[in-house]
Amino acid sequence: MYTQALDVPQQNPDKGPRAVENPEYQAEFDAKIDAGGYIEAKDWMPEAYRKTLVRQISQHAHSEIVGMLPEGNWITRAPTLKRKAILLAKVQDEGGHGLYLYAAAETLGVSRDELLEALHTGRAKYSSIFNYPTLTWADIGVIGWLVDGAAIMNQIPLCKCSYGPYARAMVRICKEESFHQRQGYDLLLAMMKGTQEQREMVQDAVNRWWWPSIMMFGPHDKDSPNSAQSSRWGIKRISNDDLRQKFVDATVEQAKVLGVTMPDPELKWNAERGHHDFGAIDWDEFWNVVNGHGQGNVDRLAARVKAWEDGAWVREAALEHERKRAAREHQAA
Amino acid sequence: MERKEWPLWEVFVRSRNGLDHKHCGSVHAPDAKLALQVARDVYTRRQEGVSIWVVQADHIVASDPDAKPELFDPAEDKIYRHPTFYQLPDEVNHM
Ligand SMILES: [Fe+2]
Ligand SMILES: [Fe+2]
Repeated sequence: MYTQALDVPQQNPDKGPRAVENPEYQAEFDAKIDAGGYIEAKDWMPEAYRKTLVRQISQHAHSEIVGMLPEGNWITRAPTLKRKAILLAKVQDEGGHGLYLYAAAETLGVSRDELLEALHTGRAKYSSIFNYPTLTWADIGVIGWLVDGAAIMNQIPLCKCSYGPYARAMVRICKEESFHQRQGYDLLLAMMKGTQEQREMVQDAVNRWWWPSIMMFGPHDKDSPNSAQSSRWGIKRISNDDLRQKFVDATVEQAKVLGVTMPDPELKWNAERGHHDFGAIDWDEFWNVVNGHGQGNVDRLAARVKAWEDGAWVREAALEHERKRAAREHQAA
Repeated sequence: MERKEWPLWEVFVRSRNGLDHKHCGSVHAPDAKLALQVARDVYTRRQEGVSIWVVQADHIVASDPDAKPELFDPAEDKIYRHPTFYQLPDEVNHM
C-alpha cells in the first residue's frame, strides 16, 4: 500500500520493536534482496536503506516538478495550437511523475510537506539539468529528445528496483516517457525541414544541451562511492558509465537522421570496443551547477516557492471548507 | 486550524468493465470530491480507467507483515484444495 499511515513500526513480541536494527531481520531482508524480491512499505528495512531511498526518491520527485519550469516557460509561446497542446500534456505528465514519486517517498514515513520544505529551503537537491535556460523553441525539442532520452535510460533499470512502491511508480513513469522523447524529436524534425535559421536554432540548442545531458548520468563509477551499496540493495542496477555509454551510442544514430552534429570532436566509433568514444566531461561545471551556484538555481527555486506560497490560501480554504462540511454533517446526524 | 497538509487518499482504478478495481497509488486532497478529481488527473490521463474509488488512507486496516506466517502458512499443506490433487482415470481426467 502507498500509505504512510500504514508504515507505523509495530511491536513484535519475539524479536523486539521492528524499528530496531536486528541481525535476524537483517538476514531476512538480505535474503529477500538476493532472491530478487521486493521490499514493501511495512516490511522491516535497515535504516540506511530507508534513508537512501527517501533521499533518492524525493530528489527524483523534485526533479520532475522543477523540470516543469524550463518547459512551462514556452507553453504560451508554442508556435502552433498542436504544439501547445502537446507541450501542455508533456508538462502535465511531469507534474504527475512528481506526484507518483512523492507518494512513493511518503510510504517511507516522511510527509509531503517535509519533502517540499527541504526543496524550498535548498536542503534537497534536484537534477541540475533543469537549471539551464530554455532560450529558443528548439530547446523544447532538444529537451524532449536528449534530456527525456537520458532520463529514460536512467529510469528503466529502476522499474526493477527492490523497493516496491518506487518500482511501481517507475513503471508508470517509463510508460509515459516515451511520448516525451518522441514529441521532442518530432518537433526537431519539423524544424530541420524549415528554414536555414531554424536549422541553426536546432544545432545551437544541441550544442548547449549535449554535455549537460550526458552529465545527467552522474559522476564516473570510480567517483561514486555510494554506488556499490546501492547495487547491493538493488536500488541501482546498472552503473553510471554503462548507462552513459548506452545513451551516447543510441543518440549518435538519431543525430545523423536529424542532421545535427554533437559538440564533441572526440566523439567517434571505436570498433575495438564496439562503442563510441567521447571527450572528457567538464565535472567542475557539473558540480558548480549541482551545488546551486548559478542564476538558474536561484530562479527555479524562487518560482517554486512563489507558486507554493501563492497557493497557500487555496489549500487552507479547501481544508476549512471540508472541516465546516463535516461539522454540519455531524450536527445533522 | 492545526493540520496544514491535505489528507492522503488511496486510489483504486477499474481499467475496464469486467475487471476489478486495482490499487494504483495515492493523492492528497482536502475532501472526497477533490480526491476523485485529483485521482482522475493524476492516474487516468490516458484512458487508464472507467471507474475510480478513493479511500482515506487511515481508514484502511492492513495485516501486519510480521503476521505473515501465522496468517498464510496454514494454507500451504492443504493441497487437497487444488483440483490437481485428484488423479482420476484417464477417460475422465479432463473433468
Ligand atoms: Fe518525467
Ligand atoms: Fe519526461
